[in-house]
Amino acid sequence: MIVVRRPQDEEELASLVREASGHGAPLAIEGGGTRKGLGRPVNAGITVSVGGLHGITLYEPAEMVIGARAGTPLAGIEAALAEKGQMLGFEPPDFRRLYGTEGAPTIGAVAAGNLSGSRRLWGGACRDSLIGVRFVNGLGEIVKSGGRVMKNVTGLDLVKLQSGAWGTLGVLTEVTFKVVPRPEVTLTLVIEGLPEARAIEAMSAAVGSPFEITGAAHLPAMAGAPARTLLRIEGFAFSVEYRAGALAEQLKGVGALGRLEAAEADALWRDVSDGAMLSEPRDRAVWRLSVKPGAAAGAVAAIRASRDVTALYDWAGGLVWLATPETGDAGAEIIRQAARQASGYATLMRGSEALRARVPVFEPEPAPIAALSRRIKASFDPAGLLNPGKMHAGI
Amino acid sequence: MGAIAFPTPQAGILARRESILAGLAALLPPECLITSEDERRAYETDAFTAYRRVPMAVALPRNTAEVSAVLAYCHAEGVPVVPRGAGTSLAGGAIPQEDAVVIGVSKMNRILEIDYANRFARVEAGVTNLAITNTVSAEGFFYAPDPSSQLACTIGGNIGMNSGGAHCLKYGVTTNNILGVTLVLVDGTVVEIGGAAMDAPGYDLLGLVCGSEGQLGIITEATVRILRMAEGARPVLFGFPTSEQAGEAVAAIIAAGIVPVAMEFMDKPAIEICEAFAKAGYPMDVEALLIIEVEGSDSEMDATLARIVAIAREHGVKTVRESKSAMETAAIWKGRKSAFGATGRIADYICMDGTIPTGQLPYVLRRIDEIVKHYGLRVANVFHAGDGNLHPLILYNVNDPGEAEKAEEAGNDILKLCVEVGGCLTGEHGVGIEKRDLMHHQFNRVDLQQQLRVRAAFDAQWILNPAKVFPLDGRAA
Ligand SMILES: Cc1cc2nc3c(=O)[nH]c(=O)nc-3n(C[C@H](O)[C@H](O)[C@H](O)COP(=O)(O)OP(=O)(O)OC[C@H]3O[C@@H](n4cnc5c(N)ncnc54)[C@H](O)[C@@H]3O)c2cc1C
Ligand SMILES: Cc1cc2nc3c(=O)[nH]c(=O)nc-3n(C[C@H](O)[C@H](O)[C@H](O)COP(=O)(O)OP(=O)(O)OC[C@H]3O[C@@H](n4cnc5c(N)ncnc54)[C@H](O)[C@@H]3O)c2cc1C
Repeated sequence: MIVVRRPQDEEELASLVREASGHGAPLAIEGGGTRKGLGRPVNAGITVSVGGLHGITLYEPAEMVIGARAGTPLAGIEAALAEKGQMLGFEPPDFRRLYGTEGAPTIGAVAAGNLSGSRRLWGGACRDSLIGVRFVNGLGEIVKSGGRVMKNVTGLDLVKLQSGAWGTLGVLTEVTFKVVPRPEVTLTLVIEGLPEARAIEAMSAAVGSPFEITGAAHLPAMAGAPARTLLRIEGFAFSVEYRAGALAEQLKGVGALGRLEAAEADALWRDVSDGAMLSEPRDRAVWRLSVKPGAAAGAVAAIRASRDVTALYDWAGGLVWLATPETGDAGAEIIRQAARQASGYATLMRGSEALRARVPVFEPEPAPIAALSRRIKASFDPAGLLNPGKMHAGI
Repeated sequence: MGAIAFPTPQAGILARRESILAGLAALLPPECLITSEDERRAYETDAFTAYRRVPMAVALPRNTAEVSAVLAYCHAEGVPVVPRGAGTSLAGGAIPQEDAVVIGVSKMNRILEIDYANRFARVEAGVTNLAITNTVSAEGFFYAPDPSSQLACTIGGNIGMNSGGAHCLKYGVTTNNILGVTLVLVDGTVVEIGGAAMDAPGYDLLGLVCGSEGQLGIITEATVRILRMAEGARPVLFGFPTSEQAGEAVAAIIAAGIVPVAMEFMDKPAIEICEAFAKAGYPMDVEALLIIEVEGSDSEMDATLARIVAIAREHGVKTVRESKSAMETAAIWKGRKSAFGATGRIADYICMDGTIPTGQLPYVLRRIDEIVKHYGLRVANVFHAGDGNLHPLILYNVNDPGEAEKAEEAGNDILKLCVEVGGCLTGEHGVGIEKRDLMHHQFNRVDLQQQLRVRAAFDAQWILNPAKVFPLDGRAA
């Protein structure tokens, strides 16, 4: 029997954690429940929903900063920002289509997962935009780190540690992000029919140009459509026009650059960021590989030699999405080996609970790093109550 | 000065000096170990020169293996270690203590790999900030964070302090531009964190190490992101009759969706000091100056500047002067980047580094003026206007002990003010010893204890740079 507790404020949440720590009772932490499937299955009798902690606490457009309680739906944040012509700079992904889940993704879970979409290439990752957090640690203490200003080196940066800890180092109660202006114009250029290795060279050339490419993705040939390489340019109208022309000139040896309709392009970038193109068939495992961009196509070729995979490239090749059947270890061993050879690592993004229990979801850590991770975990959550085992056994 | 305490040197360590030096000599060739009093004195302080402590020895290892051996030895012997880059810290982060061994990375200054296609460079920790940009600039690339000390400061020190610079508004600070490090842990274990990929797995150790002020380990190599330079860059000078108007113009520019690559503010005393030094053509008949830089092709810069100028006019700008040549551009930036040095020519100064929400600017500037007047001193303000990172330079006479003390007190009052209005004690220079005892103003006991427990996960015995960052009392977690 899983009990769901839904505290209404930070104090109540802290006392709930203190109470749980009194009994040594582990807690599963939930925002909107849309990424529940991410990570190792958590074995906890009590689920703490932060959904009761909601509301924007600070929004100063002229200071480019927004703060909100952790359970605030992401959609509400994005709407408030859009009203003032701003946005989160890292294009947070929404994995509902990938997981087939419902519910509303929360800003706290976005922060806890450090998950970033296509714009990460230019705008930095979620953790680069996150400038302040409040959280409840495993002792039930309310802790703050960072703040509401963009430049801050006062003390150890616990903000970064919390981002990507998936709730294993604390329950986030409030998060503050720096934000960026929404571009006046977005233009997506497309080259059709490039083989993967060529596509990555083209994206590398584009990203190495002065034209501030905010998205570079390569989609495989699908459902009769040819492979497409997408390059996104954003900014003021005068700038975007000029840059599109200059980029086309620079890449003319590679192929002709077409333009996508704005609506089609927006939907495509959403699909890329959200991993939605790999959501079907649903019984396939989905991996995310973060690698040296130039080595991405080689890594995929190595995996393909022994497995049936569909691959999609984002971040100019730095991020590879892979779908593969769940048979055996769902490719874990060869995928991780290929990722390591490409100076990177792999995360199992989607898989059945059984698969996620038998295959490490997050990249296994070398011994000295694993020892550090355990000591860091203990420094926040000595009894191991928060999302126990979410990332690694014991973490 | 002297209000900032150092821990009492441990007599037991001082008594073992000879055997410790012998132990170090077994690990390093003679040219990598400094033991004579004269030569050690060169390392007694950093750019926070009011405090000095001569270290027991200075080790200058040549590679990761030597750093590991020295650190493992010091750890086993319980000897404190102070990591050091170029010693340009303004917060006293690299100041030694009498019972410590300084481990300097200055001999580790090779560029190991440059990969334009994948946009990174791998360098040893002692490589200077500017050397990275200079190495890749021929191919049109650069390393973005640009502290004014970039000619001297090292990438290891930049990571230690999470350094910023004038161009961080667009490109971020050090932590946003580092992809990986080789870190030697206190017991000598070498770990690789991150690398050529954009993200690293597991807890964000890289983010934790950035700004950790030499307390978690010694960085021996770094993989940094390099970016393609814009086609062109052009700074423009905007002179305003009042600081308030300059502040409002900054807010309006951001509200219009424009994020220039830099927006630097100087008040009248700072303008006078910098103009006398750099002859950059700064307007002298204004109370506040903004240097705003835009990037792009000529036509893009023209169009962006037209929008900025229109906004500035709405806010009463008195003078607008665009750079017309590379020489003028260089002079404009030389004036700004030598603000500290130029100030040093006319008086002794301490440089503050608080950050405030930019909306509080007019109030904070007024209060800074009152605080400094209260102590009978003068102040020149330069700061990064886009992100609210202030650098009030408090002028005083170092030979007058009364003035020195007052300058320190005025500085503390200003930093407390920054925290009060919702900002922080340090935006880019770090805590070091300078702001250590002010940490209570920003963090409560629980916040600090959490940080101390994380610190202990790396260095339970307080070997690494122990006099810094955390108030000396209340350290037992
Ligand atoms: C790889 C993968 C495979 C999956 N496979 C399946 C599947 O096969 N079948 C299926 O039905 N479902 C699957 N799921 C769905 C899954 O089980 C969760 O739904 C999810 O994590 C929620 O976003 P959110 O706000 O909706 O945040 P949540 O999903 O509630 O939270 C996301 C993560 O952040 C943490 N978190 C949230 N809020 C906070 C906070 N305030 N402070 C600290 N940490 C917080 C959570 O503990 C969780 O680790 C899968 C999910 C993943 C990711
Ligand atoms: C004139 C002047 C202008 C300046 N302008 C700026 C500016 O614009 N922006 C800005 O941010 N700063 C500025 N600074 C401050 C200073 O230059 C930076 O803090 C710089 O990053 C320090 O680098 P360093 O190599 O001198 O390091 P050091 O001063 O030697 O050390 C700095 C800190 O890092 C630690 N450290 C050094 N090397 C390592 C290593 N390899 N591993 C682990 N820890 C290490 C040290 O223990 C210390 O805590 C300025 C300083 C001066 C003197």
